[in-house]
Amino acid sequence: MSAERFLLPDGLVKELDELVTHYPERRAALIPALHRCQEELGGWLSPDVLEALAEYFRLEPVEVFGVASFYPMFHLRPVGQHVVGVCHNIACELRGAEEILATACRVTGTRPGKVSADGRFTVTRVECQGACTAAPMLVLDGAFHENLTPDSAAKLLGGVR
Amino acid sequence: MSAALKREVYLLSRVGLADSHTLPVYRANGGYQALEKVLTGGYTPAQVIQLVKDSGLRGRGGAGFSTGLKWSFMPDPAKDPRPRYLAVNADESEPGTCKDRVLMERDPHGLIEGILIACFAMRVKTAYVYVRGEYRLSHDRLRDAIAEARKAGLVGDKILGTDFACEIWMHKGAGAYICGEETGLMESLEGKRGHPRPKPPFPAGFGLWGQPTTVNNVETLANVPFVIARGPDWFKSLGTAKSPGNVLIGISGHVERPGVYELPLGISARTVLEECAGGVWKGRQLKAWIPGGSSTGLLPAAKIDVALDHDSIREAGSMLGTVAMIMLDETACTVRAMQVIARFYDHESCGQCSQCREGTEWLHQIFARIERGQGRMEDIELLSSLAGGMAPAKTICALADAAAIPTHAIVKHFRAELEEHVRLGRCPLGASNHAPVLEEAHA
Ligand SMILES: Cc1cc2nc3c(=O)[nH]c(=O)nc-3n(C[C@H](O)[C@H](O)[C@H](O)COP(=O)(O)O)c2cc1C
Ligand code: SF4
Ligand code: FES
Repeated sequence: MSAERFLLPDGLVKELDELVTHYPERRAALIPALHRCQEELGGWLSPDVLEALAEYFRLEPVEVFGVASFYPMFHLRPVGQHVVGVCHNIACELRGAEEILATACRVTGTRPGKVSADGRFTVTRVECQGACTAAPMLVLDGAFHENLTPDSAAKLLGGVR
Repeated sequence: MSAALKREVYLLSRVGLADSHTLPVYRANGGYQALEKVLTGGYTPAQVIQLVKDSGLRGRGGAGFSTGLKWSFMPDPAKDPRPRYLAVNADESEPGTCKDRVLMERDPHGLIEGILIACFAMRVKTAYVYVRGEYRLSHDRLRDAIAEARKAGLVGDKILGTDFACEIWMHKGAGAYICGEETGLMESLEGKRGHPRPKPPFPAGFGLWGQPTTVNNVETLANVPFVIARGPDWFKSLGTAKSPGNVLIGISGHVERPGVYELPLGISARTVLEECAGGVWKGRQLKAWIPGGSSTGLLPAAKIDVALDHDSIREAGSMLGTVAMIMLDETACTVRAMQVIARFYDHESCGQCSQCREGTEWLHQIFARIERGQGRMEDIELLSSLAGGMAPAKTICALADAAAIPTHAIVKHFRAELEEHVRLGRCPLGASNHAPVLEEAHA
C-alpha cells in the first residue's frame, strides 16, 4: 500500500455520479467507468486506479481487477504514448494484415505487445474491428485507419508526433 | 429465381444524404412517422407486435429468430409488473461483419425510432444500446442523436405529447466478442465479466438484473419503422416467403469493391459478388467463400449460385449468419484462413466450458501446425472429432459451435488441401501467400 491514497479526480467522480443514475444497480457503470479512467489517467489502468474504482463501486479490488482483465480494450500495464492496434482477423488477413503489422513494428521500432524503447508506441494485434469491407486497417489511439497499404501505414505512423 | 426478386432500397435510403445522422434530415425524409402512427393512431402494444409478427421479420443478429414472436414472449405487465428492458445488441464483432456500424454512423435516428417502437410494443421504459467499445463514431453519433431526440420530445417522458415514456442509454463494451452473445451481453452490461448464462431461464423471464428483457440486433430494429409505416404486406413483397425483407450484405476479402450492400433476402451470392462487388479482384478466380461471417462454414466456389436466404444456405451446407460474405481467391490458402479463424475463437472463448476452452485451443494449434507443414494425417480426423465434441449444443453458448462449424466445413470441402499440407510438409501455396508471422509478446 502506498503511503498516500490515490483519489479519482473530482471531475471524473462527478461524471461517474451521473453515469450510475442510468442503471438500477450502481455496478453496471463499472465498464464505462473503466473506459473513462483509462482515457483520462494515462492510457492504462494502474492498480491505484482499480483500487479507487473498487472503493467508488463498493466492490473488492480483486473483483474490479477480474472485470478489467477480461476485456481486451483495457490495458493493465503501462502503454506507449500512442497505441496502435493492427487487425489480424480474416478479412484483413486476406488483404495483407501481416504486412501492415510488420510495417507498424518497423516504423515504431517495437514488437507486437511491447512498448517501444523510446516509450512512444505500443503496437498490438487486435481482432476484427468491424471494418472488414475497408481492410486492411489499424486503430491509432482509438481512430480507425482503413484501406491501408504498407506505404500508407508507414506514412501515417511516421507522421505521428 | 433471383432475377425475379423485387429490388427496393429502404434501410440505406438515407445514408447518402448530407448530414443524414441529424434529426432535421431524418425528419425531412419520413423519419419518426412510424412512431407517430403508433402513438397517435390508437395502436395497442399487442397490435404492434402482431404487425411485426405478420411481416415475418427475422432477427439480423445471426440466429434469424422471428422478431414478433420474440417480443411476444415478454410477460404481460398486468400479471408481471416487474421493470423490463430492451438491450440493443450493437456489439457487432463477428469477423466479416460491419453493417450495423453503417446504420449507427449514418442513420442513428432510424435505430432510435425502431427502439422506441419496440419499447412501446413490449411496454419497456428503459433501453440500453450495448455498442462495442471500438465503435467510437457509432457511439458518439447515437449519443448525440438521442440528445437531439430528447430535446424534440421523442425520448424521455410524454413522447410526442402522449403517455408513452422511454429512456435510451448508451453503454460501451470493451472488446470482448462473447459480449455479443445475448446473455454474455447482459452480464457485461451489469458490470461483470461477459460470461454467458445457462439457458433456461430465458431473457424474457430473467434478463438484465433478473428482469424481463429482450435483446435485439441493430439492423433488426432499424427494419421496424419501415414495417410499421409501410405494412407487413409491403415487407413480405421483398425477399422470400420464409426470409422476407431486405438485408445488409457485407462482402469483403478478395473482391474489387468490398462494401455493405442492401439487397432482398434470397438474392444469389453470385449477384452480390459480380454486380455489387465487381467480381473477384485482379481478374482471378474464386476458390472459396464464407457466406455469413467467420462462424459459418466455408463453401467451395461451385456453390456461388446459392440464394442468400436461411433455407437455401442451409441446404448448401452453411448458414446465413450475419450475411457477411468473405471471399477467397485462387491464391488463398484455406488452411491459413482456418488458422486465423480458429485463433480468433481460441482468443474469445470465455473459458467457462471445458469443451470450448480446450477445444478452441486445440483447433487453433492443429490448424497452425498443419499450415506450418508439421501436421500429421491423423490430425484431420482429430479436427473432426474435436469439433464433434464441442457442438452442437454441448456448451453454455454457441461460441463452441461457431468454432466447430467452420472446422467441419473445411474438412468436408477442402480435405485435399489439408492433406496436401501434410504430404508436402509445407503450405502448397508457398510462403509468398503471407508475410512472416510476428508472434505477440506476452511479457
Ligand atoms: C458467440 C456469439 C456472438 C454473437 N455476437 C453478436 C453480435 O455481435 N451482434 C448481434 O446482434 N448478435 C450477436 N449474437 C447473437 C445474439 O446472441 C442474439 O441472438 C441476437 O442479438 C438477437 O437479436 P436478433 O433477434 O434481433 O437477431 C451472437 C451470438 C453468439 C453465440
Ligand atoms: S461455449 Fe465457450 S464462450 Fe460459450 S460459455 Fe462456454 S466457454 Fe464460454
Ligand atoms: S477482419 Fe479486420 S476489421 Fe474485420
